[in-house]
Amino acid sequence: MTTIPADTAGAHGHDDHDAPYYASKGGFFVNVWDWMTTIDHKKIGVMYLFAVMAAFALGGAAAILVRLELFQPAVTVGGDTSGMWPFSTNLGYNKAFTLHGAVMVFLFIIPSIPAALGNFMLPLMLGAKDVAFPRLNLFSWYIYVIGSIFAIVSILLGGVDTGWTFYTPYSVSFDQYGRVIAMTLAVFILGFSSIFTGMNFVVTVHKLRAPGMGWFDMPLFIWAIYATAIIQVLATPVLGITVLLLTIENVFKIGIFNPMYGGDPVLYQHFFWFYSHPAVYIMILPGMGIMSELIAVHARKKIFGYKLVAFSSLGIAAISFIVWGHHMFTAQGELASAIFSGLTFLVAIPSAIKVFNWTATLYKGSIALTTPMVYALIFLFLFSIGGLTGLFLGSLSVDMHLHDTYFVVAHFHYVMMGGTVMAFLGGIHHWWPKMFGKMYNERWALFGAGLVFIGFNMTFFTQFFLGTLGMPRRYATYVDEFTTLHQISTIGSWILAAGMLIHLAVFVTSLFGGKKAPPNPWGGLSLEWEAASPPIEHNFHHEPVVRHGPYDFDDAVPPHTEPGEFPLPAPDGKAKH
Amino acid sequence: MTSIPTNSGGAKGEYWETYKHQPHWRNNEDEFEAAKLGMWLFLATELLLFSGFFCAYFVLRMFYPEAFRGASQEYLNWKIGAINTAVLLISSWNVAVAVRAAQLGQKMILAFNVFFASLCGIAFLVIKLALEYYPKYQAGEIPGALFTFPGGHGEYLPSAYDPIFLSVYWVSTATHGFHVLIGVFLLWWIGWRALKGHFGPKHYTAVENVGLYWHVVDLIWIFLFPLLYLVP
Repeated sequence: MTTIPADTAGAHGHDDHDAPYYASKGGFFVNVWDWMTTIDHKKIGVMYLFAVMAAFALGGAAAILVRLELFQPAVTVGGDTSGMWPFSTNLGYNKAFTLHGAVMVFLFIIPSIPAALGNFMLPLMLGAKDVAFPRLNLFSWYIYVIGSIFAIVSILLGGVDTGWTFYTPYSVSFDQYGRVIAMTLAVFILGFSSIFTGMNFVVTVHKLRAPGMGWFDMPLFIWAIYATAIIQVLATPVLGITVLLLTIENVFKIGIFNPMYGGDPVLYQHFFWFYSHPAVYIMILPGMGIMSELIAVHARKKIFGYKLVAFSSLGIAAISFIVWGHHMFTAQGELASAIFSGLTFLVAIPSAIKVFNWTATLYKGSIALTTPMVYALIFLFLFSIGGLTGLFLGSLSVDMHLHDTYFVVAHFHYVMMGGTVMAFLGGIHHWWPKMFGKMYNERWALFGAGLVFIGFNMTFFTQFFLGTLGMPRRYATYVDEFTTLHQISTIGSWILAAGMLIHLAVFVTSLFGGKKAPPNPWGGLSLEWEAASPPIEHNFHHEPVVRHGPYDFDDAVPPHTEPGEFPLPAPDGKAKH
Repeated sequence: MTSIPTNSGGAKGEYWETYKHQPHWRNNEDEFEAAKLGMWLFLATELLLFSGFFCAYFVLRMFYPEAFRGASQEYLNWKIGAINTAVLLISSWNVAVAVRAAQLGQKMILAFNVFFASLCGIAFLVIKLALEYYPKYQAGEIPGALFTFPGGHGEYLPSAYDPIFLSVYWVSTATHGFHVLIGVFLLWWIGWRALKGHFGPKHYTAVENVGLYWHVVDLIWIFLFPLLYLVP
């Protein structure tokens, strides 16, 4: 961890000056050691990418198991009642959805975009050599890995069946083997990883922008990551103290949350959601940042309303801290619920500003239907459904009917998966040539995107119906009338999984046999496209100077491209507002 | 967050005079400012962490006002708390002097004040452990279900909710004590580096940041003390 890269590449010899950042340093073990001790943000970003992909695969497998169990009303899988399938019992089902929820939230979505793509791209887009605190960055990766191991082991050993929220008193009363303790400790550890990443990004954005880059010359992805980082720093400590208190409560039987010893379980819910609602925006904001990049670059249009999109990110971050009570409409007083309901509607304003501005950017743009753009369109479609159904749930009276039903499940999957995961996939395709220096197979990637879109809607749109019909969350069984809808949903989950596997295959074949990528395959204007593909160890040969905005497609020629190589919209379509 | 010696070769002068920033920074000033900004962000997370205790204190006090009113008087000795407050305030003054000494290049004054502050931190912990925690443990004045205190402070008989007050007391002061312990180690690290001549007017990032940390730990105690010991 304390290895400092020899400060040679810049100052002294020019050997290996053009080698990609991942160039081999020697034998196998030399390379492994080099990666394990690297403080290069690009390598750390790639390590995060592989780690979160593995978590995504694990959480996805658990989701498939959950859907498989729900294929028929009875608590069985394919009629089997022998216990051959460990998740085909009530308890096993609880564990399977806890595994799915906890892994997807804490191990995948929260670190996915900021820690993987953000780590790789943030310094490049700012024109910097690295993040502000490179060693802290590596440290946060190790903390993430340790916390993940804690979490997965404690779930797989059995015993954690609380859902990802660990509500008291259930989580402290029925924890026979101390596995909820292990799980909450894992969340505590993972929280530190998130905090360190957030601190690093805030300071990097403040202090390491390239010469000439003012706050309003930053790509909008940076704005989104910056807003996210602020939430990470300000919200995560509250989760830290909450799960710490939960752990202490479990071990020493103190009474802060547990009513058996005089504590207040609603206090736990307040603490938990004070973090976990802002955490929802930790999940979605980076996706929105990616959206701004995808839409502008692949439609070759200056983003519509740059400042509004930038400020709406900060607006969402600010509002995120005052709406936690809408998770507790049935657990708090009427007045508080009414106030939180009203505040919740505020979130719709900056979110809608973003959606309208992206749509306006597309208007008369020169749209290239590449995989990143297709994912951006999927995001627009799915996020709009997710966001609007959020308004239903934010309305107090409607929520009284819909709370704890599949409607809620469908809503947050449309936002989290239809929003964040789609943006993540679009972002990976967008920056894949930059990260690994290889192009992917566009045709197969588009096919995979199509399957994902169809499978996703089959899986989750049905759940809106199930929810309004009264199907409650978290049950392994249901009445016979729901069978058809549940089966459509389960078949959809298989199509969705097939789409993901196609993406995986596309990535693997690209890594081993893909065409070499040019430095600027999409004609982007932000600074990461000035670097080589893949970037050299110090990112840029000379510190880049910013001379045009990140979206000035009308005026500036993208780096490494010929004038006219990327078609601009027809002249009458130019947005000269 | 701060740099371990990397540039030993060749240049003359003490470490702080020849210190060169890490390669991704443009100059030493940027690096210093960034480290300080990072430290402030970290301290913000610390305050938020402790805000959980304060929040629990206020909510539970609202539910069980009698228990909290009685308990703070019966279980805690404000004199011990006051001594500890004084000890921490003195150490904070030492740390402030140490930062100034680093800026002025007064190596020995810097080292002395840092080590003295760490002694104060140790004194704080010893007073806490020997005069508060241990007697409480022996008397069964421990939180939650472990509470076995039968009564015996004169007329006072424990109410059913006293264990809740003690829960808040133990958890918050123990967490604070843990932060003091970490601070002591950090001060030793600073003192050791100061003796080696690492800090001077041109480079004192670590002194500044550890100083900030120590002040915040002190500040948290300033709030814990009246809430737990003084408020009737």
